[in-house]
Amino acid sequence: MLTDVFTRPQPDKEKQLRDELNALVSHHRQSCPPYARIMDALDVRGEAATVAELPWLPVRLFKTKKLVSVPEDQVIRVLTSSGTTGEVSRIHLDREAAATQSRMLARTLATVLGARRLPMLVVDGRGVVGDRRSYSARGAGALGMVNFGRDHHWLLDADDRPDVEALRAFLDRHGHEPFLIFGFTFMVWTYLYEVAREHGLDLSQGILVHSGGWKKLVDRAVDNAEFRRRFGADTGLTRIHNFYGMVEQIGTVFLEGPEGGSLYCPDFADVIIRDPVTWQEVPVGTPGVIEVLSTLPTSYPGHVLLTEDLGVVHGIDDGHWPGKRFSVLGRLPRAEARGCSDTYQGGTP
Amino acid sequence: MKLERLRHVFRNSLELSDDSPVDDLEYRGNAQWDSLAHMSLVAAIEDEFGVMLDTDEVIDLSSFNRAQQILEKHGVVLAD
Repeated sequence: MLTDVFTRPQPDKEKQLRDELNALVSHHRQSCPPYARIMDALDVRGEAATVAELPWLPVRLFKTKKLVSVPEDQVIRVLTSSGTTGEVSRIHLDREAAATQSRMLARTLATVLGARRLPMLVVDGRGVVGDRRSYSARGAGALGMVNFGRDHHWLLDADDRPDVEALRAFLDRHGHEPFLIFGFTFMVWTYLYEVAREHGLDLSQGILVHSGGWKKLVDRAVDNAEFRRRFGADTGLTRIHNFYGMVEQIGTVFLEGPEGGSLYCPDFADVIIRDPVTWQEVPVGTPGVIEVLSTLPTSYPGHVLLTEDLGVVHGIDDGHWPGKRFSVLGRLPRAEARGCSDTYQGGTP
Repeated sequence: MKLERLRHVFRNSLELSDDSPVDDLEYRGNAQWDSLAHMSLVAAIEDEFGVMLDTDEVIDLSSFNRAQQILEKHGVVLAD
């Protein structure tokens, strides 16, 4: 599998990321006064000696503060994400950041999709992108992906039911060559897996890219391994890539490798797992809070973020691609999540 | 002629009137050319000129000008 973004062994990568992220800390400090005030309050001085020492922001800060590092008139897009509590993150992109994020997302996904746009099955309804002024998070996710496909087919009809005959027609037309399937994990399971199994549809040429978490599937006893096993056994679909990413680091996705079970970090990004009490980096195999690092955020200070997700690193430089491989274990319990942002002085090196 | 066909494709996909100028258009430069319209625009360009764009080109197609350059790369001569 050819790739140009999953190439760097961890020691090389950390050196490069440390230097680039130190430069971004200075850049945002100069360009974003609220960020500068936080860095001052954290008493951040000089450059971090390791990536783990870089000062982080709690991701929820983007819900309460306007954090932008370019002049207002250069902002061409403001992305929003709704949180569970109704608070909304606001992410400001200038032309360059917007172009870079789509380019780097494309390079990341090209690793598993190739450069050619494939016929694309979207496991959602066309209506999800129907209202141009306000997309839901689901709509924005689908729109971010449509560039990777052609001859788009939307699985759900106007009543949000899977249209089996239309799906059959899509598979008759495209099912004998590689095609792209995109959707949110829960919807892919509910609307595609169950329908394909019931009707004996052949998805063996599909390449599935999905995201969104497992919480809704817990009561059906479906985890990542079971998801892969049953798709393979019942529909022939084996090329399955889960990914983890967030609007606060738009363009950066951590992608499941072809062997399944581990998410990998592209060369321009990394994860650090931290103990939720001491905030120290934990060893491989120990679960903790996920910190995400990426060099893409140039127009807003989202380069080092402490998420509200729990994860675990499975190994370093020992998998299908170099670098860390990890899993997301779920959300932090609410009380702890609040604790995170209240105690972010823990970010001081 | 072909340049005029490209202008027509832009006006049609972006739901602009028949005489509106398109040569200086940029992606997200107006309310019409958003990511949803981009998808129809790309499909319409592909149909009109019988080409198939790669993902990189779809992302790179950020202005009327870039569209011309990309088509020329595919061997479509647009000059009048």
